[in-house]
Order: sequence, then structure tokens, then C-alpha cells
Amino acid sequence: MISIEVSDLKKYYGEIKAVDGISFTVNQGEVFGLLGPNGAGKTTAIEILEGLREKDSGDAKVLGLDPWKNGYELHKRIGVIPQQFTFFEKTTPREAIIYYGDLFGVKVDPDEILKEVLLEDSAKNRFENLSGGQKQKMGLALSLVGTPELVFLDEPTTGLDPNARRAIWEVIKNLKAKGKTIILTTHYLEEAEQLSDRVAIVNHGKIVAMGTSDDIIEQFGSGERLEIHGTEQLAEYIRKNTELKVQYDSDKHFVSIPLNQKIDALAALAAAEQSGLEWGEIHTRRDSLEDVFIKLVRGEVDESGNIAGNATHVAAVGKRRKK
Amino acid sequence: MSSLRRILSDFKVFGRGYLRNPIGLFFGIIFPIILIVLFGAIFSGTAGKIDVYVQNQDTGAVPSPFVNISEDLIRVLNDTPTLNVKLVNATEDMPKYLASVTSSDGIIIPANFSLEYEMGVPINLTIYGSPTASSSQIVSGTVSAVINEFNLRHFNGSAVIGVKQTTFSGTPNYIDNLVPGLIGFSILISPMFAMVNISAEYKKTKLFKQLSLTPITKMEWLTSKVLWYIVLTVMSFLILAAVGIYGFGAHIALTPWLIPFLVLGPMMFCSLGMLVGTLSKSVETASIIGNVITFPMMFLSGTFFPLAIMPEYLRTFAHVLPLYYVVDGLNSVMVYANYTSALIDIAVVSVITVIIFVAAAKLFKWRED
Repeated sequence: MISIEVSDLKKYYGEIKAVDGISFTVNQGEVFGLLGPNGAGKTTAIEILEGLREKDSGDAKVLGLDPWKNGYELHKRIGVIPQQFTFFEKTTPREAIIYYGDLFGVKVDPDEILKEVLLEDSAKNRFENLSGGQKQKMGLALSLVGTPELVFLDEPTTGLDPNARRAIWEVIKNLKAKGKTIILTTHYLEEAEQLSDRVAIVNHGKIVAMGTSDDIIEQFGSGERLEIHGTEQLAEYIRKNTELKVQYDSDKHFVSIPLNQKIDALAALAAAEQSGLEWGEIHTRRDSLEDVFIKLVRGEVDESGNIAGNATHVAAVGKRRKK
Repeated sequence: MSSLRRILSDFKVFGRGYLRNPIGLFFGIIFPIILIVLFGAIFSGTAGKIDVYVQNQDTGAVPSPFVNISEDLIRVLNDTPTLNVKLVNATEDMPKYLASVTSSDGIIIPANFSLEYEMGVPINLTIYGSPTASSSQIVSGTVSAVINEFNLRHFNGSAVIGVKQTTFSGTPNYIDNLVPGLIGFSILISPMFAMVNISAEYKKTKLFKQLSLTPITKMEWLTSKVLWYIVLTVMSFLILAAVGIYGFGAHIALTPWLIPFLVLGPMMFCSLGMLVGTLSKSVETASIIGNVITFPMMFLSGTFFPLAIMPEYLRTFAHVLPLYYVVDGLNSVMVYANYTSALIDIAVVSVITVIIFVAAAKLFKWRED
């Protein structure tokens, strides 16, 4: 069953194309990650789906409802943690849960919810005295009060320390195990990889890649490559003396060679040896989601998934590459 | 039913937050008390007693065995807990003198008072008082009680001394107007400052957005704030009235006529604060606009100083300030018992309140376009 259906959704603010024609679907029980740099349009997109902003054009259906027109109905069925969740300063998590229970007209067991989000210890501390991680957990707790079918988490771990981040991940994994549909926005690659079934990479208001992490790496990654620690002269020597596509990373000081076939590695190493130049550690590696992400958002990938140097039309590339 | 449940739940959470915040509590309750104590102490003279100006024309010698009873009468009047006798030279013109000391309360003891009293010839004291000043009623009541005592003492209750009531339109005591003034002040500042800040701050921190994701409606949310500030106003009113009456001898009436002002006032300023916060781009702008609206209203609506002492153009200007009608109405019902004037004030306050409340509820947005 489909929980969310988005088609050619657009939202412009004057010249700024915050959301520029995105389309995707999210299935029931799926964790769908919207991944992108700051300002990519993730929050605008998610807020349209939550019914907090009105779209300019396109279609968006959430649990079969128009989020803007049927917002009041929709809000009873979804849970949301907005970015940088905040609450009444003098209210404790326990009081807040009871308050939300009253608003939603449901009987709640505050202790059970607090336990679910690992916040029992701070149940009676006022919001103003909670740490960043505890505040986010309180947000999670409140998003669960109405027993939602669908949960929106907008950058739930931004600004948190690694421990707090992992604690939030635990909570999200528990929700996933319970079969909740979750939309997660994040600019942390690891978070998207850890939690999401599928990911859409958003940049400049467009989806530039979508699928499972493996799909995206497969599609946009440069495949297996050989990396040899050495100087730029070494890269130059190998480039001249073989037919391999050689690149040089001046930050990390290694020569990088895409391996179309395993035997390419032998040719590269033979050339390195012949050069008489010094070379050190060698290894082969594949692109991670992070590598692909950086290439996609920096505009460094072309249609074949190769590093393009100074390509600038990521959005267009993404659109062509979209499944 | 579920709407009421949401309003009450929000009321509870907001009220609890308010009581946990020392700043809100200070401005809502403690600050007006400090003001009444300060202003009361500065302007009301002898606490708890009404100054009454007594002119004794009975100064001639009294043939033996009679004694000068007028001096005895003055001493007894001064010993009462309500009156503070101030003697006026027998040659002064009483109405002029009262006007010069801005008082309406005076007593004249006539010539030959002692002689006629001793001989059992009926004789009248002249009492000056204003029908609109509550202090005059107290003076009149106290004098009657003292006279009864004197009549009883010498003539077994036969009414030798009588009272001749003379109207003198003076001004009520400062404290009498200060109590309604400060209740008006309290009705203004607490909801106004809080709501300007809350509405701008919640917009900035996106708390409104968050609330929009729950079933509470913005009308329910606003209603719960109005209810809270009505409760706070009633608390503040009770304390101010008690301090005024028992601390400074204010002569004010506690009547059901107060209710419309204690309900509509907070509703009006909650909505006005909401409107200012909603229309402002930032918390800082909201605060500036809030102050620009609040401060002139605070001083020019008859809160601390009666409008009568202000120049004509300020008195005219006061009529555009919503708080003016609240303070004027409170004075009408608490001090002057002028219910016709109060009805007009209630009508004006109702109209302004409805307009501002509807505008605030319409213009303030949970969500963004």
C-alpha cells in the first residue's frame, strides 16, 4: 500500500526554486530518507507533505489526503518532529505527553511512551533544562502520542553529539520494527544509510538520485578503483604510459585509477614500477554513498557516473539518471 | 465537548508554565501591588483615615455649670477610626476653603452650639460632602453615629443635635481612583506584554506550526489564553481592592457591574497583543510596537493620575485609547456609582474587543502559505 504519492511537486519563493518538480512514492512500513545538503529543499518538501505549507503546483497525497486542504484530518493520523523541535519551556516531558493526549483525545500512558523513546530519566525535568538529545526525544515522544500511521522526522539529529545521535537512531529503529512508515530528512549520510530502506538525494529542489543505497552507489558510483599512494609525477607517468584514466587527489596524495577490468590494476602497477618514482600503500575500493552524494551535490558526476571535474548540471544529470 | 477539553488542557499547561515563571508572576500580580503601595503611600496622607475639615464657630464662653461641648465633639470625631479632623479658622469661607484643599468633606459647628445643646434646644451641624465621593458617605455616617452618642448621653436619645447636609462637589480621594486605575493597568500590561511576546516568539521558534499539527484549533488556543488572563485579572483585582480598602482606606464599591470589565478587558488586550505579535516581522519589532502602544495607554488612560489634572488635548487624546474606557468604566462603578456612564463604557469596550478579537483570530496563522 502506498502511504505517500508525490508527483511533480513545486514550490517557488520568487526566484528561489525551493522545490522544483519532485516525484516519489513511499510505501507503507517503509523508511524513506530525503538526503541533501542544507538549503536543498528537504524541509520545504516535507512541510508541504505535513500540511504546513501550500504547494504551488503538482500533486501530493499523504494517506490518501490532500495535506493542505485536509490538514486537520491528516494531523490526527501522522506524527511530526519539526526541525529543531521546541516546546513550552516550563513544561516537563511527562506533562507534555499528557497535554498531547488531551489534545488528541486519546488515553496515554506517559511512562510507556517515555520508555519507548528512552527518556524515563528526564520525565520530570522542564523542557528548558533538557539537553539537545533529550529535547529531540521529547519531540519523538509527542509525535507518537496520537499513535500515528506515518511519522515525519525532519533532521531529528542535527546538532546532537554522536551518543545522542545513536540513541535517537535506536528509537527510530524501534519504530521501524513496529511497522511505522517513516519519512526522514537528514544531511548525515550515515544516518540515511543506517535507517532508510530507500533514499532520495535532493539538491537545488530536485531529486538527483533515488533508490536503495546500493542502487545509488551502483548507478552513480565509479565502480572499483585502484589507489596508489604517490606523487603527481607518478600519476602523470602512468597516464602517459598506459591507456588508463588516471586521476590525482592532491589532498590525500594518491593516484586513482578506475578498474574496468581486474587486469587494469596490473598495468597500472607495472607502469608505477617502471617509473622509478617512489610509491607506497596500494588498495582497491568502491565508492560509498557519501562519495556519490558529494559528487552529486557538487556537480562532479556525469551521465556515466564518472567524475567530471567541473560539471555544473547536476540537476539535469540527476533528472536524466532518475529511474 | 472535545473542544472544551482541549481548551482546559491548554489552559492548565499555560497556567502552570505561567506560575513557574517568576517574571510573569511579578508583572501580573506583584508589580501592581508595589504600585498601589507606593502611590497610595505617596498620595493618601494619613493611611486609613479621611481628612475632614472642621470649622468651630462655637468659641464663646459658656455660662457655668455648662461646659464647651463642641471641643468634646471634635475630640470624639478625631478619635474615630475613620476621620482625621483638620481645624479650619472660624473666619474662613468653608466652600472656598474646601476647594483650596481639594476636599469635599467639611463640618461646621455653629455658634452657641454648646449652650443650645445643654439647654436642649435643637441645633444642626452643617456637613459638606460630595454625592459622588464615597468618602463623604463615610464622613456623614461617622458624624451621625457620634451625634447619636452625644444625644444619648445627655438627653436620653432625644434628638437635640441634628445634621444639615450641604452638597459640595469636590474630588474623591486619590486612592479611590487609584484602585480602579491600577486594576485597569493590570488588565492592560499582563496580557498585552505576554501575548505580544508569545505570539512573536512562538512564530519564530515554530511552536505555532507544531501546535497546528495537533487537533487544537487556533481559536481554542486563543480562548485558553483569554481565560487564563481573566483568572489572573480577577486575582489581581481582589488583591488590589483588598490593599486599597484595608491598607489605604479606599472607598470603593464592589459590585457585579465590575464583571464586564474584568472579562472584556483581558480579552481585549490578549487579542491586541496577539495582533501586534502576529503582524510583526520579528520578536524585536513586536516588542517595540507593543511598547509604543502600551506606554501612552498606561499613563494617559487615568490609571495613575486622574484625567482631570491633564490638559484638554491629552484628555481628548485619551478617548482613542481602549484602556480609557476600561478605567473610566471601573471608576464609574467603583467610585461614582454612575451606571449610565458605565453602560456606555461597557458598550464601547465590547465593540473594540470583538473587533480586535476577530481580527487577531483571523490574521494569526498556524501555518505558512
